Amino acid sequence: MSAARKGGWGMRWGGGLKPALWPGLSPALQSALFGLALLVAAPVQAVQPDEMLADPALEQRARDLSKGLRCLVCRNENIDDSDAQLAKDLRILLRERLVAGDTDEEAVAFLVDRYGEYVLLNPPATGVNILLWVAGPAMLLAGVGIAFATFRRRGQGRAEELTEAERARLAEILKE
Amino acid sequence: MIVELGHFALILALAVAIIQSTVPLIGAQRRNAAWMAVGDPAAVVQFLLVGFSFAALTYAFVTSDFSLSLVVSNSHTLKPMIYKISGVWGNHEGSLLLWVLILALFGACAVWFGQNLPPQLKARVLAVQGMIGVAFLLFMLLTSNPFLRLAVPPLDGQDLNPLLQDPGLAFHPPFLYLGYVGLSMSFSFAVAALIEGRVDAAWGRWVRPWTLAAWVFLTIGIALGSWWAYYELGWGGFWFWDPVENASFMPWLIAAALLHSAIVVEKRESLKAWTILLAILAFGFSLVGTFIVRSGVITSVHAFANDPDRGVFILLILGVFMGGALTLFAARAGAMEAKGIFGMVSRESALVANNILLAVSAFVVFFGTIWPLVAEMVFDRKLSVGEPFFNAAFSPFVVALAAILPLGAMMPWKRGHVGRGLRPLWPVLILSVALGSLAWAMQTGRTALGPVGVVLGVWVLGGALVDFWARTGRGAALAGRLARLGRLPRADWGKMVAHGGLGVTIFAVSAMLAWKVEDIRVVQPGGSYPLGSYEVTLVEVREVEGPNYISTMAEMRVTREGVEVARLFPEKRIYPVAGMPTTEAAIDYGFLRDVYLVIGDPQENGGWAVRSYIEPFANWLWAGCLLMALGGLLSLTDRRYRVAAGARRVPDGVPAE
Repeated sequence: MSAARKGGWGMRWGGGLKPALWPGLSPALQSALFGLALLVAAPVQAVQPDEMLADPALEQRARDLSKGLRCLVCRNENIDDSDAQLAKDLRILLRERLVAGDTDEEAVAFLVDRYGEYVLLNPPATGVNILLWVAGPAMLLAGVGIAFATFRRRGQGRAEELTEAERARLAEILKE
Repeated sequence: MIVELGHFALILALAVAIIQSTVPLIGAQRRNAAWMAVGDPAAVVQFLLVGFSFAALTYAFVTSDFSLSLVVSNSHTLKPMIYKISGVWGNHEGSLLLWVLILALFGACAVWFGQNLPPQLKARVLAVQGMIGVAFLLFMLLTSNPFLRLAVPPLDGQDLNPLLQDPGLAFHPPFLYLGYVGLSMSFSFAVAALIEGRVDAAWGRWVRPWTLAAWVFLTIGIALGSWWAYYELGWGGFWFWDPVENASFMPWLIAAALLHSAIVVEKRESLKAWTILLAILAFGFSLVGTFIVRSGVITSVHAFANDPDRGVFILLILGVFMGGALTLFAARAGAMEAKGIFGMVSRESALVANNILLAVSAFVVFFGTIWPLVAEMVFDRKLSVGEPFFNAAFSPFVVALAAILPLGAMMPWKRGHVGRGLRPLWPVLILSVALGSLAWAMQTGRTALGPVGVVLGVWVLGGALVDFWARTGRGAALAGRLARLGRLPRADWGKMVAHGGLGVTIFAVSAMLAWKVEDIRVVQPGGSYPLGSYEVTLVEVREVEGPNYISTMAEMRVTREGVEVARLFPEKRIYPVAGMPTTEAAIDYGFLRDVYLVIGDPQENGGWAVRSYIEPFANWLWAGCLLMALGGLLSLTDRRYRVAAGARRVPDGVPAE
C-alpha cells in the first residue's frame, strides 16, 4: 500500500466510526461499553441484504475476509456474525474497498492501518507472534521427545535383558 | 429471615470446611483414627449447610424477594417459574454458590461412596477437598455475597438477561459446574497420593470413576452450551472459540487425557507421575476457566463479573492450589516408580500418544486464549486470537488423534505389532477412504474438509465397532459371538460407544463447516425463494405477545417439490424490562439436515430481511456428544462394581496387584 493512499485514507478515519471505541481501550471497558450499547442500540443483525454486493464473486470475497476480521467492540466476534453497529460499518467499509478494486491483502491492510492488528482474528506470524504459532508444534516435539527418552531410559532395556539374578532364577524354575 | 439463615449457614459452612481441611489431615499424619474420622461428618455437614444456603437463595428468587439485591438485578415477577429458578445461577454470585454447593456435594459423595477407601487416603482426600471449600467460601463471603439486602427494595426486578431465559442455558451451567468441580475430586486424590507418597493400581481405580463422572458432565455441559449457541444466537454456528468456551474445553481435553492415563496406572502401574500431573492440571484448568469467566480480564460474550478484586482473588486461589500441588509434585514425583514395562508398539505407547496429543491440544487452546493478554502486557501488542487461528492450530491434533485411535485401541498391552494390529482394520480403512472419495466426487470444487471428515469419522466409528466385535472372540461361530456381546463388561460397551461418538462428532463438525448452505435476502410477504433443494415461502409477519416479551413472528413454509416439509415461525423478541432484543431462529430438525430460518429487520420496500441456512448433519453433532457422554456413563456403571470388588479384596488398602 502506498504512503500517499495511507495518508489520504487516514484522514478519513473518524468519519463514520466511533473513535471512542478505539481498540486502545481496555477490553473490560470495551465490553462494558458493548453492554451499554446492547441496552440502547436497536438490533442490527449480522450481514444484511442491503449491504451485500451485486457481484456474487466479490460478495463471496467480502464474506470470506469478514470472517477473519474482528468486530472491535465485541468479544472475539467476527464482523460477519456480529450484530453491532460498528461491525456493520466495517462490513460496508470492507466492501467499498473491494469495489474500489483492492486485492484481498490491500483491503485487509487498509483496515489494519486504521485499527491495528487487533482487527485480525488470525494473528500474523510476525515478531513475538511466532511464539504463538510454534508453541503447539514445539510442545508436541518436546512431548514426543520426553516420552521417547523416558521410554529408552527405563522401558526397553529391562524388557529385553534379564539380570544375572533373574537368569539364575529362570534356570532354577526351568529345572524344576 | 430465611435469607439471613442462608447467609448464616454459609458462614457456618466455612467454619466446618476449616475443620474438615485441618483435623483429618493432622489425623492422617499422626495415624490418629479419631481425628481422621472427623472428615466424614464434616464433609456431610458442609454439604447440608451449603445446601440450605442454596435453598434459601432459591426461595428468595421463587418468591421474588426484591429486598435482595441479587434478585432485583436478575429476576422479575413476570418471569416464568423455571427461569426464576435458573436465575439463581444466571449471575456471578448465585453461580458461585452453585459451584460451592457442587464442591461440597462431591466431598459428601466421597464419604458416601468411599466407604472402602483406606481411611488415611480418605481423610487426606476430604481434607484437600475441604481446603478448596475454604478458599471458595471465603471468596464468596468476601467478594461475592449473594445475600446482600437493599435498604429500599424496588417494586420489581430488572429481569434476567433474555438470552439466558432458555431451557438449554438453564441446565448448561449446572452440568458444566458438575464437570469443573468434579475434577476437584481427581485433584484431591492426586494431592492426597502425593502426601502419602504412593500411587498404585488401586489409586488408579479409585480416581477413574470421579474423573469419568466429571468428564461426562463436562461433555453434556459443553454440548448443551454449543446447542444453545446454535439455535439461540441466530447464525447457525455452534462453536466460536470464545474464551469462555475455551475455558470449558481445556479441562475437558485434559480430563480426557487423564481418563486414559489412569487406565495405564490401574492396569499396568505405569505413567504414575504423569497421571498425577494431569489430575493437578485438569483442576488447574478448571480454575483458569473460573478466572477467565469471572475476572473479565479476557472478555467474552458471557463473562458475567467484571471486577478486578474478584479476578485477583481467583488468581490467588489458583496460585496457592497450583503452586502448592506442583511443589508437592516436584518433591514427591520421583518416588512414583513405574512397575509395568512396555514395548515401543503397545497399548501403553498408544495411550501415551493419546495423552501427548490431548495435552498439547489443550495447551494450544490455552496459549491462544491467553496470548492477547500476554502480548498486551509483555510485548505491548494489542492483538486478537480468534477462530481462524484455533481452526488452523487445533485441528491437526484432532486429525492425528483420530488417525491413531482405532489402531491404538486394539493394540495389545506390553507389546504389539503394527501390521498385525491393522489386519482387522483394513476393511474399515478401505471403507472410510472409499466413502471419503465418494464425498469428494459429489461435492465438486469445495474444500477438502468435508471428505477428510468423512474419512476420519468412518475410520474412528468403524474402528470402534471392529474393536468391540473382536472382543467377542476370534474365529468362533456367529451365534456364540452374538451371545457373548451381552456378557462383555460395561467398560467395553462404554469404550465402543464413546469412541464411536467421537467419530460421529468429528464427521458432523466437518460436515457442518464444509457443506452449510446459506442464503441472505429481502423477501416480500407472500414471496418465495429457493434454498438448496427446498423452496421457502414467507407467508406473513405478525406481532405476538409473550409472557414477558413482545415478538415479531414470521410464518414461513418450507416445501420440496411442491410438498410441504415444515411450517416454521422464526421470531424477533424484545424483552421490555431488560430492554434487550433476541433472535429466535426457527429450525426444522431432520436426520440429514436442519433447515434453519431467521427473520431480520423490516425493509423500506415492505419486505423483510431473511437469513436461511441448511445445516447438514447438525443433529449428528449433538448425537455424537451424547454418545460420548453415554459411553462414559456405561463405563462408569462398570467401574462402580469394580471399585467395590477391588476394595473387597484389599480392605486395608494394600495395593491390589
